[in-house]
Amino acid sequence: MIRRLARARSVVVSLVVLGLLALACLLGPAFTGHEPDRFYPDLRQLSAGLTAQPDDAHLKPALQRIAFRMRARVAASEREGDRLRLTLAADQPIDRRSLVYLPRSDLFGPPSVVAEEEDGRRLVLDVPIRHLRFLLGTDVHGRDLLTRSLVAGRVSLAVGLTATLVALLIGVGYGAAAGYAGGAVDAAMMRAVDALYALPFVFFVILLLVFFRASLVLMLLAIAAVEWLDMARIVRAQTLSLRERDFVRAARALGRSAGGIVLRHIVPNTLGPVAVAATLLVPRVILLESFLSFLGLGVQEPQTSWGVLIAEGARAIEAAPHMLAAPAFFLIATLVSLNLLGDGLADALDPRAA
Amino acid sequence: MIGLVLRRLGQGVPTLLAVVALSFFLMRLAPGGPFDLERPLSPAAMENLRKVYGLDRPLIAQFGSYLAALARGDLGPSFSFRDMSVAGLIARGLPVSATLGALALVVACVFGIGLGCIAALRRDGWIDRAIGLGAALTLSLPSFVVAPLLQIAFGLTLRWLPLSGWEEGDPRHLILPVVTLALPQVGALARLTRASLGEVLRTQPVRTMRAFGLPPALVTRHALRGALLPVVAYLGPLAAALLTGSVVVETIFGLPGIGRYFVEGAVNRDYTLVMGVVLLVAVLVIVLNLAADLACAWLDPRLRAGT
Repeated sequence: MIRRLARARSVVVSLVVLGLLALACLLGPAFTGHEPDRFYPDLRQLSAGLTAQPDDAHLKPALQRIAFRMRARVAASEREGDRLRLTLAADQPIDRRSLVYLPRSDLFGPPSVVAEEEDGRRLVLDVPIRHLRFLLGTDVHGRDLLTRSLVAGRVSLAVGLTATLVALLIGVGYGAAAGYAGGAVDAAMMRAVDALYALPFVFFVILLLVFFRASLVLMLLAIAAVEWLDMARIVRAQTLSLRERDFVRAARALGRSAGGIVLRHIVPNTLGPVAVAATLLVPRVILLESFLSFLGLGVQEPQTSWGVLIAEGARAIEAAPHMLAAPAFFLIATLVSLNLLGDGLADALDPRAA
Repeated sequence: MIGLVLRRLGQGVPTLLAVVALSFFLMRLAPGGPFDLERPLSPAAMENLRKVYGLDRPLIAQFGSYLAALARGDLGPSFSFRDMSVAGLIARGLPVSATLGALALVVACVFGIGLGCIAALRRDGWIDRAIGLGAALTLSLPSFVVAPLLQIAFGLTLRWLPLSGWEEGDPRHLILPVVTLALPQVGALARLTRASLGEVLRTQPVRTMRAFGLPPALVTRHALRGALLPVVAYLGPLAAALLTGSVVVETIFGLPGIGRYFVEGAVNRDYTLVMGVVLLVAVLVIVLNLAADLACAWLDPRLRAGT
């Protein structure tokens, strides 16, 4: 009793985690306060944290840079909460129009002039400082990692579900046809599956993607073409035992067509094991997708997926380990929950475990 | 037994032909060629190069002469590595990949089967739960996440092991790649062993042995022999996958194995090199699957009688 509860608990927990992850990926990017492809050039490779940006360490260099573009020097700057008292100095009178450089930099609001000294060669400004929060830090271009991870999750999850669905349709169709036809047709069809098992498929997928330009659709097809074999075997084994059952014979005696029987009576009865296999297939597909994207063969910029982000993180690992941590966390959480969910379903459907 | 081996090897021939044909035409029908450079060659030079490598003839004729050369055991010259034959490149890369794969296989077997046995014998105890959770975790940890983490921990922070690269005869370069490659398989083997041994331990003969008061260690040994069947069957494809080198692990750790030659060959449109590696992998898959089946037959008297 306790064991069953524990099993059910792992199923419930993984379902909740998956639901939250999917919800976060779907809706989250609207609430993080950043566009996924918005660059903050002054805030590159920030580590994860709750502090509002820019902090003092990033304020100074950004000010220097802006002052340089305005042909001026930072004579004095003092931070008072979220306002900055800034004194600029130059050899020539400072052009007021160049003040737009301040709000353009994403870090500051529009400034107001407090005082003008030395015929306009010294300006005292009151500049509001913007508050930006990057919960998981930023990447090498200063893009918000949380937003990017969530947007990447949409692609990874969509690829996982779509490729699994395609593999499911091919596998169920093929397996049911082979099992229901039986005899020589069945033997020939399953020998073909055996032969396909011996093909080095990952190598073919890589070949396909290198030679025909990586694209999302091609990758989906390639993954589905690799992964339908297991499904076909499972469905075929189920069908072999189902086709001799009385209700199938009755349907045949009533004159239903073979296609109708397969669709109406065989396929629905194989759905239990198929559901388990499909649940365990989704994490494999997501893993394969991120593996291909990691190699640069899968999802391409400007689109992104967890594999792409992990590849970027692995490249910058010495300077900014958080860039690997954020997408890796999402990917691993998804894979673990899906695997636990599949195991839990398999246990629940196993007639021997009582 | 010999009949079985010959029959299975015979069945492998059409599979190999399919592999050769599929990869040959897949590559040739794709746009781009091995001599596309940043600065295009003059048409005359291009024409000469294509003539030297026989690329100007009809595709079917090229395929025929490739098969003819293959029948003589000649894999052809490499297109991107000048003055190297594909066989020479494979001879250079295979020892690295094979060493890496064999070590990873041993590590995965020792820890995977060992932990699986412990879990099955302590069924539903806390040890079993911990191993189950750990196995699910290692299965979900992609190698391209594990590898950089290991590099940070042991290469950068502790400075115990080299970050990447390869030096002849220095085993320290292999430790991190082997761990990365073996880790997910430890989880897979542990789960498989636990499920299989758990099932065997519940069967009638085992309960009878227990009832007769045989020592537990002896009972376990008898049960294990039967329980290892599905594990050994799984080892065939696993060994092939590990021995032919994980592309990612070789790329991240900068090991000059055949996985890296394959990726470089594909990017450079090195037709013959890619074909050679794919063919090698297919042969290894067939041979190792056969070896696993033979090992199963040796372990299981029921199967032996059937052949």
